[in-house]
Amino acid sequence: MIYTKDLSKAYKGTTVLNIEELTIPKGQSFGLVGNNGAGKTTYFSLLLDLIQPTTGSITTNGIVVNESEDWKPFTSSFIDESFLIGYLTPEEYFYFIGELRGQNKADVDSLTSKFEDFFNGEIVGKKKYLRDLSKGNQKKAGIVAALIGNPEVIILDEPFANLDPTTQIRLKQIIKDLAEKQGVTVLVSSHDLMHVTDVCERIVVLEKGNVIKDLETNPETLKELEVHFASGATVSQEEE
Amino acid sequence: MAINILLVFFALYFVVMFLSIGFGLLPGLKKFFPNEDPFVFANGFIFFWIIGDLLMRFFMQKLPVMSVKPLLTLPVKRSTVVNFVLGKSVVSFFNFLPLFAIIPFGIMLIFDGYETSMIITWIFTMIILVLIINFLNFIIEAFSADSELSFLPIITVVGVLFALNHFEILSMTTLIGSGLLAIASNPILIIIPIVILAACYAFNFKILKSKLYLDSSLKSKVAEVNAADLSWTKRFGDVAPFMQLDLKLIWRNKRTKSMAFLLLIGVLYGLFFYPNPVYADMVFMFALIGIVSTGFFLINFGQFIPAWDSGYYKLLMSQNIKYEQYLRSKFILMVISVVLLFVLGIPYVYFGYKILIAHFAAAIYNIGVNTHVILWGGSFNRKKIDLDKKAAFNYQGTGAVQWLIGIPLMLVPMALFGLVNWLAGFAAAIALLIVLGVVGIVFHKKLMKGITKKYLDSKYKMIDAFSQDN
Repeated sequence: MIYTKDLSKAYKGTTVLNIEELTIPKGQSFGLVGNNGAGKTTYFSLLLDLIQPTTGSITTNGIVVNESEDWKPFTSSFIDESFLIGYLTPEEYFYFIGELRGQNKADVDSLTSKFEDFFNGEIVGKKKYLRDLSKGNQKKAGIVAALIGNPEVIILDEPFANLDPTTQIRLKQIIKDLAEKQGVTVLVSSHDLMHVTDVCERIVVLEKGNVIKDLETNPETLKELEVHFASGATVSQEEE
Repeated sequence: MAINILLVFFALYFVVMFLSIGFGLLPGLKKFFPNEDPFVFANGFIFFWIIGDLLMRFFMQKLPVMSVKPLLTLPVKRSTVVNFVLGKSVVSFFNFLPLFAIIPFGIMLIFDGYETSMIITWIFTMIILVLIINFLNFIIEAFSADSELSFLPIITVVGVLFALNHFEILSMTTLIGSGLLAIASNPILIIIPIVILAACYAFNFKILKSKLYLDSSLKSKVAEVNAADLSWTKRFGDVAPFMQLDLKLIWRNKRTKSMAFLLLIGVLYGLFFYPNPVYADMVFMFALIGIVSTGFFLINFGQFIPAWDSGYYKLLMSQNIKYEQYLRSKFILMVISVVLLFVLGIPYVYFGYKILIAHFAAAIYNIGVNTHVILWGGSFNRKKIDLDKKAAFNYQGTGAVQWLIGIPLMLVPMALFGLVNWLAGFAAAIALLIVLGVVGIVFHKKLMKGITKKYLDSKYKMIDAFSQDN
């Protein structure tokens, strides 16, 4: 489904991402973990063709992302607040995204109504602009907007950050359902090892742009990750 | 950097303006009002200056209150913080500007034979007066923040003062004028303005201290949603979602809102020129005025495409959008504005039918040529715009593009028009503009294709530039 080959990204000679080969099959819930600067967001930006690869390419559904735009109709994402349009209300934002993805108002309404729990009454019908919502509520709106239009690939960067505990638990359920029941390929990055191991079937650890672990999630995974990052923590402290 | 240079330029401009008032006032008054005492006469106008200064400050000067947020959690006394904020407002450019007029005028008066001590007292009184205005403005602003109609307090204050004076209930001009003269000749009376200043300061202190909390004056404003029915945009078909977005963009952000008012300036633009008989014979000017007048919105809105959307450019680029639709929406808005401005400008026919014809040709040229030129120029924009920032004196997003684009936009048509008008006459020159415009309209689809390609080519550069904080 998503095939990455010889991908690298360098800024002024410094390589920030270097992935030899990575295949993400359809319907997998895929987790990307790593410390700050590990290359998670860089990888997602390359996947969305927001930056140009220095070498190599990413192919999704047989489409090379930086050569054709045909991946756009089945891919959606929420990376950061710059994916929100601050001067729209959440509803207007959903409808706008819906129109771009060929969904009419009724389609969008029926989708968003499924997330009433998730919104916890703080998003829809509040007559507030997105820019005036709290960070957590902005994130909720952004994540749900990424689900509009039945995408086959959903990319969420740090979806758990800024969310309250209840919403985190609900979000985990949503992501699981997407991958298991609807066959959607979900790519998630996170700093929270517990959340990722809860949600993802497979976890890839990035460090300084390189894939250093590729794990099938099992009951031992969380332990393994914690041990890995604990040792990494001492190293990075020494560096500082 | 470019922004700072521009601001310095404007500051210098105003300094020079005030200096020339300061030095020019005395000779000017002597020349035009030889029978009046210039000092007494000038003081009679201080009232109007106060009113003007208050109005200007209300719109431009804000208490630098947000900058103290980090101080709140530090071990600093609240009253110190308040004094700091109020003290900081004193060193505002608005308070220094009048000095450039007051001091030279005072010096000129002394050289003219007025008593030195009297003039020095007057200068000090004026400085105190400037500070009173400074703090009075913040009091008015504090009230307008609480009031539903935010302009009400300033309009009330200015209106009442003006009415009192105008209907001669209480002649503010003579009151303030003779007050200033009295202080100048009797320095001890300077106590009165000092007391007023102290009172204004104390009042500000009281208001501010009670409001210096995160949930009152330090709170960022939450705007009520104003939703208008935009279903009429549906007739534009697949461009409709983008048009709705653009209209909301314009109406719901501070920076762009002023753009809507530019339509008004565009309509009135001709009035700066046409009533003046000097321009009546300068036919070549008609084209330029017509282009600027009918293209006022086009130029001001168009020059920042696509930077208006810089805040969420990544979203647009990762969505399934047709770039051509995105650009066509802006194109349609600009065309509508040109047509609207031309129609509203029809009364200019009063100044001669040639003007109306020139405006018509200019409008066609704007629609056919300038819209495409400005869209094309937009593909060179690499500067982010923060929509929430205020509009006045905001040059964020301004770069070399904005200056260079003016050449093909305004100078080229003016030169062409002037040249042909000179060689072959008015009719030929008008025909040339119209033909160029029509050619542009005919090749619209082709041109848009080229422009769209230009935007796509610079996609990564734009995304990168728009995600930088400048």
